[in-house]
Amino acid sequence: MKQFIQKVIENNDFKSVRLLAILREIQAKYLYISTEAIDITASLLNIERTQIISVVDFYSFFHRQARGQYDLLISDSITDHMLGKQSLMDYLSLQLNVAVGAVREDGLVSLDNTSCTGMCDQGPAGLINGYALTHLSKTRIDEIVDLINQQSPVNDWPKRFFQVTDNIHKADLLLTTEIAQGEAIKATLKRGLSQTLEEVKTSDLRGRGGAGFNTSMKWLFCSQEKELERYLICNADEGEPGTFKDRVILNTYAHQVIEGMTVCSMIIGAKQGFIYLRAEYLHLYDQLLHALEQRRKLALLGNNILQSGFDFDIEVCLGAGAYICGEESALIESLEGKRGIPRNRPPYPVTQGYLNKPTVVDNVETFLASAQIAVSGGKQFSAIGTEKSTGTKVLSISGDCQRPGIYEYPFGTTIKEILFDCAAEDVLGVQIGGPSGNFICNQEFDRLLAFEDLATGGSFIVFNNSRNILAIAQNFTHFFAHESCGFCTPCRVGTSLLKKQLDKIIDGHGSSGDVVALDELCQLVKNYSHCGLGQTAANPILTTLQRYPELYQKQLKDISFEPGFNLDSSLETARRMAERNDANAHIVQVEE
Amino acid sequence: MSKTITIDGKQVPFQEGQTIMEAATAAQVYIPHLCHNPDYEPHGSCKLCTVKVNGRICTACTFPAAEGQDVINNSEELAADRKRITQMLFVEGNHFCPSCEKTGNCQLQGVAYHLNMLDNHYPHFFADREIDASHPDLLIDHNRCIFCSLCVRASQQSDGKNVFAISGRGINKRLIINSSSGKLKDSDIDVNDCAAHICPTGAILHKRTGYTVPIGQRTYDHKQIDEVSLAAEANKHD
Repeated sequence: MKQFIQKVIENNDFKSVRLLAILREIQAKYLYISTEAIDITASLLNIERTQIISVVDFYSFFHRQARGQYDLLISDSITDHMLGKQSLMDYLSLQLNVAVGAVREDGLVSLDNTSCTGMCDQGPAGLINGYALTHLSKTRIDEIVDLINQQSPVNDWPKRFFQVTDNIHKADLLLTTEIAQGEAIKATLKRGLSQTLEEVKTSDLRGRGGAGFNTSMKWLFCSQEKELERYLICNADEGEPGTFKDRVILNTYAHQVIEGMTVCSMIIGAKQGFIYLRAEYLHLYDQLLHALEQRRKLALLGNNILQSGFDFDIEVCLGAGAYICGEESALIESLEGKRGIPRNRPPYPVTQGYLNKPTVVDNVETFLASAQIAVSGGKQFSAIGTEKSTGTKVLSISGDCQRPGIYEYPFGTTIKEILFDCAAEDVLGVQIGGPSGNFICNQEFDRLLAFEDLATGGSFIVFNNSRNILAIAQNFTHFFAHESCGFCTPCRVGTSLLKKQLDKIIDGHGSSGDVVALDELCQLVKNYSHCGLGQTAANPILTTLQRYPELYQKQLKDISFEPGFNLDSSLETARRMAERNDANAHIVQVEE
Repeated sequence: MSKTITIDGKQVPFQEGQTIMEAATAAQVYIPHLCHNPDYEPHGSCKLCTVKVNGRICTACTFPAAEGQDVINNSEELAADRKRITQMLFVEGNHFCPSCEKTGNCQLQGVAYHLNMLDNHYPHFFADREIDASHPDLLIDHNRCIFCSLCVRASQQSDGKNVFAISGRGINKRLIINSSSGKLKDSDIDVNDCAAHICPTGAILHKRTGYTVPIGQRTYDHKQIDEVSLAAEANKHD
């Protein structure tokens, strides 16, 4: 083991910032990260063992107990549930003879749930040893079960299991404009850096991750910092359930994204950039490396880019299963080889980001748009959209519609139009911006896709009238409790309390005061949490409670008080121990 | 002319680089807190020190003071919400004050008294947590840990060691010990370390010192935590 780890760490230049990459290799080789591996890694990297333990314990894809040789994870996104995930999971568990969350006795296979894998338009989806599986069905599960029991290497499995398609159904400015390799860089060099920044300003481009901060302003602030060692990061940790547009952009438009990053690097004066790619998109890793290598050969990356004197290179870093790392400062912590805990702000990343140096963090789509703006100027871009939301937005549409996939719209488009295009019928409502966004009902389809109305990082999930709103809110609420980093009290405890309180109501144990208590708790988590995760974690409940209060009320028992647990079932252990099951051993807790 | 901020209508001077908490404390204004300790870098995680700055919710221990800030620290709304946050800490761990050696000297309890917390409000988590009694002089009762990370910071910043760390994610967060066995006895900790004395609750206790001060004669049995906290700061500067 020592030799293997030594080699891995050598390949990572003994850099502790690459801890996640190192642990990924150890996990893949030994199926877990043992105490011995932790101690060896700590001593070779010269860091405390506790840093490694805390990182291993933080990320979903690292384990301190061995997983199966075939580690199968099934996406728990609401969209996968709508495609029949639960019955597939039950079937899988039965056929593989392993409980969900467990490792089979022979150690061959383990099965568990995982947060949305970003395959919502081609689910039910999962991951096998980190690689995406799409279009799961009973037939396919039968094949998979056979392959596992025959111990066939995953590399030899049929390619169609791993086929991930783009499904672009509507392309506008960004997805139709073809930019030749180097075109944006050449245009930038020709126009000049400050003039190009001026074009970005003219475009009024706002961050496409969902928060919508003005891009030119971010770049300007960073470029004005006294510290000259600067970094730039492309946030490809697309973890919001229902979002998969960055997956498609990086699959088909990677060169334009890298081009946008290179233009940004010249403007802000960064020599090193990173693409922080969510672990679920492992299938894109090699092709991204290949794209970078190709660009180095063409002098579009590396030292002295196109003989301009500019140096810039990019490293692709994989996450390890943590939604919170989509938050920019948590992402930076993760890139530094630590747990993804959002930092206190100020200072902001533009002044103290990666390694406490000025850092620009932008979304994949923002860089894609930047390349377009560098080539065609800002006016063309700002002519599209609304006054406050210029340009277009790439949406990932999934759920109850006939044509799920990628759609690009000018900002200001109505929800009605979008629903028409994706052929959604009998619509109950739409979740816009993922669980952290808004649920809108079918009376609101004249509302607009725009920062000033319905902002979204790209998630757009359609629900038809057969869907249960409370079950949707429950899935999202459980998601946040699972993904809370645990740093601050209101989110750490609050998201788990929200889960308990909502479950209590949905399970029929709620009484008159419980919806009020739920609402109060929502406000607390929303107002006092440290970062965007906690501040939006109550949105699934708040937005549905606002629109469908009667659905919540209907769940309540018509009594003034109902205990939060089932007394009779809680007595089961006592009955078993006393070997009693007579009528007197059963107690009704509330007279009905 | 020194710069000033306003806290609940009171003019409070501050120096460049000070946080709202530091400016407030220097001016003898108490802002409830648990993870904050003036001797260590602020952490900003417990969220008890939340104040409203020009209408916006901010964490006083980490947010820099700046000219023109109008800070609300005492309001019914903040007091009610701080109580709820304290209740969250109570239900998350297993805090049984009557049977805890720290009772009367516990800051979690002191803050709860101060906020007039009379019940736990939320359902208990009944977390399964361990006790580490391996060390000859010290005991860790993880049931009472509130993840303030003061022991982590004290060990790093005062003792020049790295005895403690925070691990886990979300509600599975936990305090871990830096030793091959994971037990305190095998760590570098010394009973005289600052880290061994900093715990605001009864999570880190010293063996053979229990009940030397009887219950009823302890700090918060007689004084409110705001008074104690401000007096401690004032004494430092005397």
